Amino acid sequence: MRQKFPVMTVIAVLGFVFLYAPILSLIVFSFNESRLVTVWSGFSLKWYAELFRDTQILEAAWLSLKIAVASASLALVIGTLAAFALVRFGRFRGRMALGVMVSAPLVMPEVIVGLSLLLLFVSMEGLIGWPGGRGLLTITIAHATFGAAFVAVVIQSRLVSMEMDLEEAALDLGARPLRVFFDVTLPVIAPALVSGWLLAFTLSLDDLVIASFVSGPGASTLPMVIFSKVRLGVSPDVNALATLIIVIVSLAVTVAALHITRSNRHAAR
Amino acid sequence: MSARGLAGLRRAWSGRALVVAVPLLWLGLFFALPFLVVAKISLSELAIAMPPYLPLAEWADGALSIVLNFGNYLFLLSDGLYVAAYLESLKIAAISTLFTLLIGYPMAYVIAMARPDRRNLLLMLVVLPFWTSFLLRVYAWIGFLKSNGIINNALMALGLTDAPLQLIQTDIAVYIGITYTYLPFMILPLYANLSRLDRSHLEAAADLGARPLTTFLTVTLPQSAGGIVAGCMLVFIPAVGEFVIPALLGGPDTLMIGRVLWDEFFSNRDWPVASAVAVVMLLVLIGPILLLRRAQAREES
Amino acid sequence: MTELSTATTPAVPPWADPEAQPFLRLDGVSKSFGGFEAVRGVTLDIYRGELFCLLGGSGCGKSTLLRMLAGFETPSAGRVLIDGEDQAGRAPHDRPTNMMFQSYALFPHMSVEKNIAYGLKRDGLPRAEIAARVADILALVQMTPFARRKPDQLSGGQRQRVALARALVKRPKLLLLDEPLGALDRKLREETQFELKKIQAEVGITFVVVTHDQEEAMTLSSRIGVMNAGEIVQVGTPHEIYEQPHSRFVANFIGSVNCIEGRVTGREGGHLRIACPDLGAEVTVESGFEAGAGEKVALALRPEKIAMGRTARPGFENMVTGRVEEVAYMGNLTIFQLRTDGGARLRVTQSNTTRTDADVPRIGENVQLQWTGAAGFVLGA
Repeated sequence: MRQKFPVMTVIAVLGFVFLYAPILSLIVFSFNESRLVTVWSGFSLKWYAELFRDTQILEAAWLSLKIAVASASLALVIGTLAAFALVRFGRFRGRMALGVMVSAPLVMPEVIVGLSLLLLFVSMEGLIGWPGGRGLLTITIAHATFGAAFVAVVIQSRLVSMEMDLEEAALDLGARPLRVFFDVTLPVIAPALVSGWLLAFTLSLDDLVIASFVSGPGASTLPMVIFSKVRLGVSPDVNALATLIIVIVSLAVTVAALHITRSNRHAAR
Repeated sequence: MSARGLAGLRRAWSGRALVVAVPLLWLGLFFALPFLVVAKISLSELAIAMPPYLPLAEWADGALSIVLNFGNYLFLLSDGLYVAAYLESLKIAAISTLFTLLIGYPMAYVIAMARPDRRNLLLMLVVLPFWTSFLLRVYAWIGFLKSNGIINNALMALGLTDAPLQLIQTDIAVYIGITYTYLPFMILPLYANLSRLDRSHLEAAADLGARPLTTFLTVTLPQSAGGIVAGCMLVFIPAVGEFVIPALLGGPDTLMIGRVLWDEFFSNRDWPVASAVAVVMLLVLIGPILLLRRAQAREES
Repeated sequence: MTELSTATTPAVPPWADPEAQPFLRLDGVSKSFGGFEAVRGVTLDIYRGELFCLLGGSGCGKSTLLRMLAGFETPSAGRVLIDGEDQAGRAPHDRPTNMMFQSYALFPHMSVEKNIAYGLKRDGLPRAEIAARVADILALVQMTPFARRKPDQLSGGQRQRVALARALVKRPKLLLLDEPLGALDRKLREETQFELKKIQAEVGITFVVVTHDQEEAMTLSSRIGVMNAGEIVQVGTPHEIYEQPHSRFVANFIGSVNCIEGRVTGREGGHLRIACPDLGAEVTVESGFEAGAGEKVALALRPEKIAMGRTARPGFENMVTGRVEEVAYMGNLTIFQLRTDGGARLRVTQSNTTRTDADVPRIGENVQLQWTGAAGFVLGA
């Protein structure tokens, strides 16, 4: 039985409009002739051209990409191990601590995470001389840390729904635990690994606050550059950049989602 | 034979230890330890140096002396600005959370009640914006809200107002920004809850004579309480410490604590006070975090 | 598997032969989770080539026991010996056992042949041998045409056969089957029971099957171990379990039974005389049950062993009169609920040997209920 309340449907439709209208306007006005991003005055690609001439943005984008790839990959390893331990190991020493540390970053205000990591890096620098300045390395570590928490959540929910007897069957057929992990667990949770990595990747690409804290002079990520531009007011080249990012991310997510639903449907049969 | 078995067990055990150790050490070092550092620095004194604070422990005359300085906390309490900022942050986060719930609940409900083949598409539509840049989504609202922005242009074109309304740089803009960016965090736990709702309960209520609205109020809503709490906390907690949204959409008088911390750190370079601000913020958030954990634990069981 | 396939049923079954060496020996095996004792002190011998069923309701500990054989759980106490070797400290991948999982646990990302070859590859067998053995086993379970399919492209019955093949292909000393037919629908289950038995006879591997389905246990097994609350309450052939249960639990768990309370009045040779006030009669029953006069016992009578008629017939030692209270027509048989003159409620079944029901007693009719001295058995109070 389906209960439909017209009010709810209306609010839901408006909710979707609310979600997408700003994004659509962002895209539309990136093709606007005029510098005003709110009044249409003709189609133009000039803001895209300007964007590709802006070396500051291009350099920042390249730095952000490098950080995102490295931190997402690190986060995938750490998060998957954490999720596997939490779901498959039953009780062990440190379980409670690991559980808290995996779930806390999800809601922790970014200013706190950023500040605390910076202070750690500064203190460590004073004590042991590492990490030796701030920039790519420290941002990557910071992003890998909160990315790992998100990866762990995604993988945990997949592992919980994955029947343990698949792994037991492999053990029973003579595979050692490590072998089981690579032969059975990883292939079965592969879609979750992909979405976990993508999530960590986009979170890293997106982060302004934490990166601002743990970055040093000379290392500006894309969000940091965008933020400094946007603070001065709207500018159409940011719209152009936003459009490119939205298109790329939407394509990647759609492809991944289609792939995952297909393989899920495959597995559900 | 049994020696081989034992060796296998030992190997399995050391593998297990490694699997646990890697994330435990990483998160311990880069997530838990930093909080201790923050706590420590919040107790030290500001200095004009790099790093800009004095060490807590000092060797003086062959003896270790530790001077704890609670001055930063006293300063927070005595200066009305900080107390006001904490209260303002809680107020803004609470109001935004309420808006998010009012929009998110119907959306989650409609998705949960939709035809199964449409559900995944609708869910993806909810999640998709979340994947695109948060900063740029906030930026998009500047174009919407500013005095010659899309909303004002539309209102004037319709003749609803003669002069542009002041939308940007107000608290309202901050409410909109938070509601907008955190909406998926509200919808997802609510959807997870509502989609588990046993349809036969609704049928039973209807069969026993309840009208749809009564059924909703007496059966659906109480059963989704866990999802409501989880969703609200997922929005409320990060919203309290939000920096980007008040910085871009709020006015100069929108005092949110995340922004205060940021300014304290980047403009005043007062690391000890910034740390104290962070510690107090964490203490304020412990209650909501515990509430969230309890709601999530209940939702999972 | 060929060396074992010539095994024939010996004149004396191994469990009746005091000289026979058990193939699987459980010695005081217990398992507790936290404070809960799932398995309590199970001691059990199973012989080579047996198809042994562990039968019990949900939560009786049968699956835990099976998982201890496979090595997924470690006994809290006791020993497990397979072919004379203590399995303590052995991980599942080091054991001479293989398991067929209730859910089949087929790897979804591997084809049928890859699934079956998986265990052989782990043993490091040469590629040619793996291919040959996979082909053989596929033929045995009649799945050769489906070798390249993925598990999700198979029907439930086909998946069941792949799971069986995957576990069998390693030629384990012991094959463990957890509710092997549980996921199949009724018709298919009946056919598969016989097929499973046939395959077991062909490969000659010792099977230990866990099931909650008493009918399945009866059809499949060489012997059954009935479990209740973590303990094995009786071990015996299907015939022994049905006809000579040691306890009310076993008698009730397998089939249905009428239990009538009474007191022993005396013994005449192999017969015990019992006074049953609820029947309003003294009955005689062939039993070796040791009980002195005056002791409280129960007479247990299977519903199909009571003859019912409007008039008494000769050749029965026991007779009471009863009145039909309920009649339930089941197709192949009819169940009657009766009350005797003494007040006992009895259940009687009759095979429907003809298509007419003219002769069937109606509700409210009085009938004679008769049974021989060998029809019932005696249970302790």
